Parts: sequence; C-alpha cells; structure tokens
Amino acid sequence: MLHDKDRIFTNLYGDQGPDLDAAKSRGDWDGTAALIQKGRGWLVDQMKASGLRGRGGAGFPTGLKWSFMPKEANGPVYLVVNADESEPGTCKDREIMRHEPQKLVEGCLIAGAAMGCTAGYIYIRGEYVREAEILQRAIDEAYAAGLLGTNAAGSGYDYDLHLHRGAGAYICGEETGLIESLEGKKGQPRLKPPFPAMVGLYGRPSTVNNVETIAVAPTILRRGPEWFAGIGPEKNSGTKLFCVSGHVNNPCNVEEAMGIPLRELIDRHCGGVRGGWDNLLAVIPGGSSVPLMPKSVCDDINMDFDSLRAVGSGLGTAAVIVMDKSTDIVKAIARLSKFYMHESCGQCTPCREGTGWLWRMMTRMAEGRARVDEIDLLWDVTKEIEGHTICALGDAAAWPVQGLIRHFRPEIERRIHEYTAARQVAAE
Amino acid sequence: MPKLTIDGQEVEVPAGSTVLQACEAAGREIPVFCFHPRLNIAGNCRMCLVEMEKSPKPIASCAMPAADGMVIKTDTEQVHKARKGVLELLLINHPLDCPICDQGGECDLQDITLFYGPDHSRFKENKRPVPDKYLGPLISTHMTRCIHCTRCIRFINEVAGVEELGACHRGEHMEITTWVESALSSELSGNIIDLCPVGALNSKPYEYRARTWELRKTESIDVMDAVGSNIRIDARGSEVMRVLPRLHEDVNEEWISDKTRFAYDGLKKRRLDVPFAKTDGRLGQVSWRDAFAAIKERLDGVSGDRIGFVVGDLVDCETMVLVKELAAGLGSPHVDCRQDGMKLGGGARGEYLFNTTIAGIERADACLLIGTNPRYEAPLINARLRKRQRHGGFKVGRIGTPFDLTYPVTELGAGAQTLGELADGQHSFADVLEQAERPMLILGQGPLARPDGAAALALASRLAERFGMIGEGWNGFNVLHTAAARVGGLDLGLVPRDGGKTVAEMVAPGALDVVFLIGADEVDLSGLKDTFTVYLGTHGDRGVHAADVILPGAAYTEKHATYVNTEGRPQRAKLAVFPPGEAKEDWKVLRALAAALGTEVKLDTLGQVRQRMAELAPHLERIDEIAPAPFEPFGHEGEMGGEPFAPTVADFYLTNPIARASVVMQQCSELFVQGTRREATGTHG
Repeated sequence: MLHDKDRIFTNLYGDQGPDLDAAKSRGDWDGTAALIQKGRGWLVDQMKASGLRGRGGAGFPTGLKWSFMPKEANGPVYLVVNADESEPGTCKDREIMRHEPQKLVEGCLIAGAAMGCTAGYIYIRGEYVREAEILQRAIDEAYAAGLLGTNAAGSGYDYDLHLHRGAGAYICGEETGLIESLEGKKGQPRLKPPFPAMVGLYGRPSTVNNVETIAVAPTILRRGPEWFAGIGPEKNSGTKLFCVSGHVNNPCNVEEAMGIPLRELIDRHCGGVRGGWDNLLAVIPGGSSVPLMPKSVCDDINMDFDSLRAVGSGLGTAAVIVMDKSTDIVKAIARLSKFYMHESCGQCTPCREGTGWLWRMMTRMAEGRARVDEIDLLWDVTKEIEGHTICALGDAAAWPVQGLIRHFRPEIERRIHEYTAARQVAAE
Repeated sequence: MPKLTIDGQEVEVPAGSTVLQACEAAGREIPVFCFHPRLNIAGNCRMCLVEMEKSPKPIASCAMPAADGMVIKTDTEQVHKARKGVLELLLINHPLDCPICDQGGECDLQDITLFYGPDHSRFKENKRPVPDKYLGPLISTHMTRCIHCTRCIRFINEVAGVEELGACHRGEHMEITTWVESALSSELSGNIIDLCPVGALNSKPYEYRARTWELRKTESIDVMDAVGSNIRIDARGSEVMRVLPRLHEDVNEEWISDKTRFAYDGLKKRRLDVPFAKTDGRLGQVSWRDAFAAIKERLDGVSGDRIGFVVGDLVDCETMVLVKELAAGLGSPHVDCRQDGMKLGGGARGEYLFNTTIAGIERADACLLIGTNPRYEAPLINARLRKRQRHGGFKVGRIGTPFDLTYPVTELGAGAQTLGELADGQHSFADVLEQAERPMLILGQGPLARPDGAAALALASRLAERFGMIGEGWNGFNVLHTAAARVGGLDLGLVPRDGGKTVAEMVAPGALDVVFLIGADEVDLSGLKDTFTVYLGTHGDRGVHAADVILPGAAYTEKHATYVNTEGRPQRAKLAVFPPGEAKEDWKVLRALAAALGTEVKLDTLGQVRQRMAELAPHLERIDEIAPAPFEPFGHEGEMGGEPFAPTVADFYLTNPIARASVVMQQCSELFVQGTRREATGTHG
C-alpha cells in the first residue's frame, strides 16, 4: 500500500485545478533550473539510479534509453512524447494530461535537457480533444511564465515544446510509426536498426518516451532516486498508475506501488470483483495486448514487470481488465482480434494477412462454428505472426489468442461440440 | 570489412553490406519479394528472415546491416518455419489463378512457394478481393494478386521520380493505388511490370497474348533513342510479343523506357512488305527485279554529282557501310546522316560523343544542361542524373526551355547569351562549376541543329575547358544524341565532303535528280516533288510520300546489326523474327541494287560487310567497348542568334516511324503530351 506522502500525482482526480499556479502549489516547477544546471550526465545518472522503467508498456530502463542519445550532435535533437494512448483499457496518460499537465510539461523540459534536445514534440491522440486543449493551455502558460522557450525556467537553456494531434490510429503509438506520422507520412513503423536515437524524427537523433515516464521524472529528480528505488521490488521500483476496468465494483485509476498484489489492488481500490473474488474468471493485467491470466494465477500474483512475465503475461501499460464469470471469454478475445485487424498498418505480411485470419477464426470459435483441430491451426497462425513482424503489433495480436488457448482450450472445445451437436440434432 | 559467420562459414563483406548480401556471398540463397538492390529497403515481405545468434526473434536479413562477429543461421527449423509461415500468409488472400495469370512461369511467388512453401491451403475463410486500378494505357492491374511488396511504389517515387503511386488504407485493406485515379505520367513506368514479383501489374498490350514458355528469347539492342538500351525480344512465330530490359550496368542498368518496351506493336502496322514503283504517276506493287529495273532506268546517264543519299535515324552500321560503298560506286559525294542538320561530324570524334559515359554520371558533382531535355531525349540518362542527384552533392543547371526533369534544376537562362556569359564566368552558376571537382555538361541537339550550331559547339567546348571539365581520367564534355544511327553514321564518315551537299541542300527543289532516302522520315521532303526518289525503309511513314520507288527493309528486330550509342559504344542487335513479306535486310537490298546497277561492291556476306566496317572505323569491331576520344577545342566561334534553345523532342512517344505506327504510343501521346485524350475513369471498364 502506497502512502499518500509517496504519491507523485497528487491531483490525479482533479480535486484542484490543472493550471500553473495550482501545479506550483503542488510542488511542480520547484527548483527546475537548479536541476537542469546540474548537467546532462547527472540527470541521466539519477534516472538510472532510480530504476525507472518505461511506462509505455515495454518496460525499458529510462535512464539507459536517455544515455543512448549522442553526446555531440551537430544540429537539432528531439524529444518526442508519446501521448497516443490507444491501448484498450488504458487511460492513465489521459488523467495526467487532464489534471497534471504541468508535470508533463516540466518533465519535457528536464528530459530534453538530459538528452541535449533542442525541442520536444508531444504527439497526442486525436480523440483526446479536451486533453489536447488543456495541455495546450498548460504549454501556453509555461511559455508565458518563461518556463519554456529561450532561457527556459531561468536555466540558461533554450527549449521549445510543440503539441501535435494525431488522427486516431493505434499504430501511431508505436514509436517509429509515431515519428512517421509526426513527419506527415502514413503511420507505418520503421525498420530497426537504425534506432530513433540515431535516426529519428526528421532524420535526427530522437527519443520517444511515454507521458507517464516523462511526468514522473521531475518528482524523482527532486526527491532523489533512492526514494523512488525504495518503493516496490528490486528492478521494478517506483510507483505506477493502474487503470482498473471491467467487472469490479468501482473501476478506477490509482497510483500504487509496483509489485502490489493484484487481489489487494482490486479489493482495496476497486471495491472487489463483482460478485466476490470467487466470481473472477480472468484478468488481462496490462492492456489488451498481453495474454490473459485465469483466476488461479490471479490469486497470488504481484503487479510488476518481472512477476507477470514469469507467468506468461506482462505488465504492459498496467491497464487491468477484470472479467467475471458472466464473461463470454472467447467472444471477448475475438473482439480484441478484430481490434488488431482493424489497427494493423498493413505494411508487413504476417500482421496484414494474419490478423484478419485470426479474427475470422476467432469469430467462428466464439460461435462454436469450427472443428477442434482448428484450434491447433489457430495456435499455428499466432506463431506464424509472432516475432516475424517489423513492430510489436503482430505480437500484440497473437498474445491474447495464445493466452486464450493456453488457459481456456476446454471452453473453446465445449462450444464446438455443443454447436456440432445442435446441428446434428437439427439435421436429424 | 565486417566478418560474419554464416552457417558455420566465415565470410568477409564490404562495409555497408546487409546480412542478405553476406548470405549471398556465402553462397546461401535467401528468398525475397520486397527487396530489390536498386530500390530503398522496405523489409516488409518478411520472406528473408534468418536466425541471428543472441536475437530472440528471427531478423529480416535484407534490412539488417552486417556487423563484425554476427553469427547467422539460414538453415534451421526456425528459419524454415518462418518462411513457410510467411508464404502461407501471402497465399491466403492470393487468388491462385496462375493458369490464367500472365506472370505464370516467371512469377517469384510461384517459384518461391515451390521451394519453400506449404503444399496445401489451410485457409477456410473467404478471400479478400481488391478492385483493379487504372494506371494508363500501358499497365493493367489485377490488384487481388498484389502481395504489397511496394516495389512499384518505391520505383515510381525513387527512380522514376514522379510521386504518383502509394498505398491507401491500412491492414488487410491496404491497396496500392494512384491517389487520384490517373495514368502514371513517367516514361519509365513500364518497369514496374518487371518489378512486380506477382501478376498484379501486367503489360496491357501483352496481356493474355502469350505464355512465357512459348516465347523465343533474343538478346538485342534498342533503337528508340541513342542510349542503346540492352533488351530481350520475346517472339512467337513471326511476331514480336514483347520487349524486356536486359541488365547492362553501364547503359540502362535494368530499366528501359516505355517507348522501348511498348512501341513494338508498331512493327506490325503500316509495314512495307513488297516493293512499289510508280507507273503513270501511281504507286503499284512490283517485283524486286522490276523495282531495281525502274531505278536503273532512271539512273541511266545521271552523273554521280546529281545523286544524293539521306540516311535516317534508325539505320544500322552495316547498311551505312553499303550506302557509303554504293555512293562511291555511283560517284556521289552527297551522303549525309544528319537529318536534323546538326553541325557535328567531319572533325574529331570527341566532339560528338557522350564522353563522360552514362555510368560516369555517377562520379560527376555538377552538371550543366545546354538545350536538352534528357527526360524526353534519353529517359535512362535522365534516370542516371536523378540517381546521382539523390545521392546528394550534385547541382544541375540548365540553359534552355524549362521542363520538369524529376529533380531540382537551377534555371540559368534561355539561350546563347547565357551560354556566352557562363563561358566568360560572369554567371552565378559559374561558381558551382568552378568549385566542382568533376563537372560535366550535356549539349543537346537543339542548339547544334541551328544554323549557328558550330558556334554553340565552340562555346560549349570553351566552357568545358574553362571550368576544368577535361582532366586526367575525366572528360565532362558530352553531346546527347537522339538518333540511334547518328554516332555510327558519324563514325563511318557519312557526312558530305568535297563539295557534297548536306541533307537540307539535297532536299531543296531541283538540287539533285535522284535522291535515295535510307529510312529517312524526319526531314521535310516537300522539295522532292520533281526529284526521282527511292525510299528504303520499313514503314509507310513520311518518307514514302515523296517516293517513286519503295524498297521494303528490315526493322531493328529483324536483322543482325551494329548500333553505336551516344557514348560511342558499339553494340549488336540480333535477328529475332524475319522481315515481313518480301522485305529484306537493308544492306542486302543495297548490295543487290548495286549489282543491278552494275556498280561493283564486293561485299557478299555479313562477315565481309563487318570487315569493311572495321577498316572504315576500327573501334566498331570491339563490341561493347568505348574507344576514348580525346578532347580538343571543337566548333567554330561565331555570332549566335538570340532565340532560346528549343528542345529537339517535342513528343517523346512519336519520335520515329515505328513509334508513330504504334497504337500504344499514339494513345500515350494523346494522353500525356497532346492532352487530347480523355482519361478513362473507373466506369470505363
């Protein structure tokens, strides 16, 4: 259980205003210039020491990522903030931008300084209309207060921050797809290598970070990496925003310590599973792209990167989707398959062709209109997609189906038998 | 030089290579669809996946830079599974209509599936249909077959340089299309038919006409422009079915222009297949014997001084040797191969060659275009210029009429005045040329064909000297020809000497009594009304209108012939089909005519003709070699007119009798040049 004194997002629920004065009263923009003046090396080292891992889903150590940026770059270098929060079930960045926009703006300045960036771009998803307005206001306020632009926040460092609205494609949340989209092209992920740290936005060194990652950075630097590293288990340290949705009595966003037991998270903050813990069927712990976990796993799992990976799932964006026993689990996963088919960019073969095939088979499986051996075919197809694509969308499409087959194969078979039997009766 | 281990075998590859190239260097064949060595890497087909040590996922070898110490495996369970998986996924929405597909027999998807693919389909769902697209009169589409490799998009955007093709929609709904339904306006568009690894893009004129295995393949040379593109002529029976490019790194790489590829239907139309002669003012079919008899009768008593020979733009060197011999036999000094009247020839060889060579363009760092539109005059040279431009550090300036060349060009001025200023170093572009290490200039036919052409040549050569275009191992002085026959003609000395008349003087009313037009169609023949005119050629084009006797000859696909391209590179075309009807190879016609006229020409076989050719110009014997021509100040300084340098080729699609007879080229001309044809829309079928 996270103590109130350890919370970073003290205005997560919007009790106070998002404006600059309110933010300052919460401690934002306190001593920013002093932090920046300690230099790039110090900032990156502090981030490394904090053990912060990227909050966008992959969990890559942030300090390490920042250290990849070239020390000497003749020309512009960019920070790109990924606010294209499109993972189904995820709504943490939305709350940050609604209620704590100054944390993000300050984070952009500090992260930019830590990487020697000349400008920052926030790529916000098109559907976030109000959030974009609030964020733009926050940026304008910061400019008016001298916190951005020339000699930003009195640090002697020049830094510009731009807000760019996307047009609503899931794939533009993939970092190189986002860069393409930001450049005005069709949002299709790039081949790596070269990585963005070498060739990124407009062909210049760039780093793409999630909103939450950037927004927590100033507080970490102010309170010290030891404080942050002291929360949660080793290598999975810090606090994290969890978005719990689905069949719980009180769905919510909550900042909690990493490694909190799933059951505690649901019982303490969400009023428990609808109908009691025993009514739980399965949980998708990290947004739609990670494999689901049946109740037996949920009973004693801790919510952090490594624990969830150990049971064949993942923390992802920490968007916890809870499903009780009333859920048609096959149909639910079939719906996710439809989402990935719809959102595939179409660039590379396995994802373009495979996601459609998956959805069509899943639709039949949901009805039971299939043969039992087709479950193996379905598994094969997910394996043909997984790991063979340019970006991770292929994996994201394959994993939910794999999770379903791994844990709910009897349910799929039952349906197929039921459907076949009903047809036979009808035929007779 | 990174060193890699591929399947246990160590290979060293040049820095900057990809893993795919390293695998090929180690003798491993990696199947690919989207990869093409001349296009940007897309890495989207995922066919080339291989295993790399320390990488949990297989890597796309086409996109991964080779690094020292990499351990690559291409023959493991994982790799085979990945290939099979990718092929299965490519095939699920592919129509499998190979029996009626034009690509059948030369399809990458067929071949690769045979070796690496699954043997049956597990796909039970409905296949995805895709509406076909309209890409103009040259390319037909069957988009359901498309595997989205994007080679066509990359070619049109990168090599052809017209941003007219792209992908719309996403996921399985992704479609390759022109943004607004319209024909591709590039002169290189036909190459996407070859690039397409499946049957999605086909040749419209060739569609459903033949199967590849029925075709007889002949390696030959193109004559549609002076580039001398290497081509393969595919024929069935007596008919040319299609023309494809052949690899020649120094000339056309592996591209050809649309005129080269699609003008072949002109070989079957308006052909002269029997001799004609005028009796009582009307042309009528006659036998060869009677045709020769008619000429002999008219020539009787005419002195050599009253006979002239005009040599056309598609004439091969062998024929020109015979023209030379026949003219000498008849005592005529009037022989000219320059229908446009350009002021070149008779002097040093270096004055009329593309000395830098086409491949040499890639070494240049600045270029001055003088009165030329390479996009129309030699699309493949324009493609080289664009290729060089894309590598960066290459400034192009132009004196002449502005035209979109698909790359940025600095407009310097319109005509001789600018050229003069630049030659005196008074122009801002002079700095660019001054600072360039290997500058080049390309002098077009426009300025050279004017009455003051010699002065333009002199100015250009002075400019070349002034800006250091001539140096050790570098010659930046270039003349761009438009006629396939021209350099050969100049090499063989088919220019008037000793009081001989030029083409313009020969066709003047009453200048001569007898004029032989050897495939000459590009000159105003209205002055020959009262002159006895003999036309030897292939098509009922402009030249026959003035003719009293017509002798049917062979087109470039119908004879063994030597052509010299604008670089001075002799190349040999080969006979793919026989000439139609009673038509004969031109040199044989002239040989027989000489015999009929009682003139002694002792060249009875092709071997003897070529021997004589080697005596006249020894370098023509060394096929595919460029004999370097030294630079010296060319031309004659003189006053130049103020009018702008006009382009030579007004209509790219209709530059010679074959192209003019081609229905396909007519359609292109109406659509792209004249703008008189309404574009077909989706409802036009």
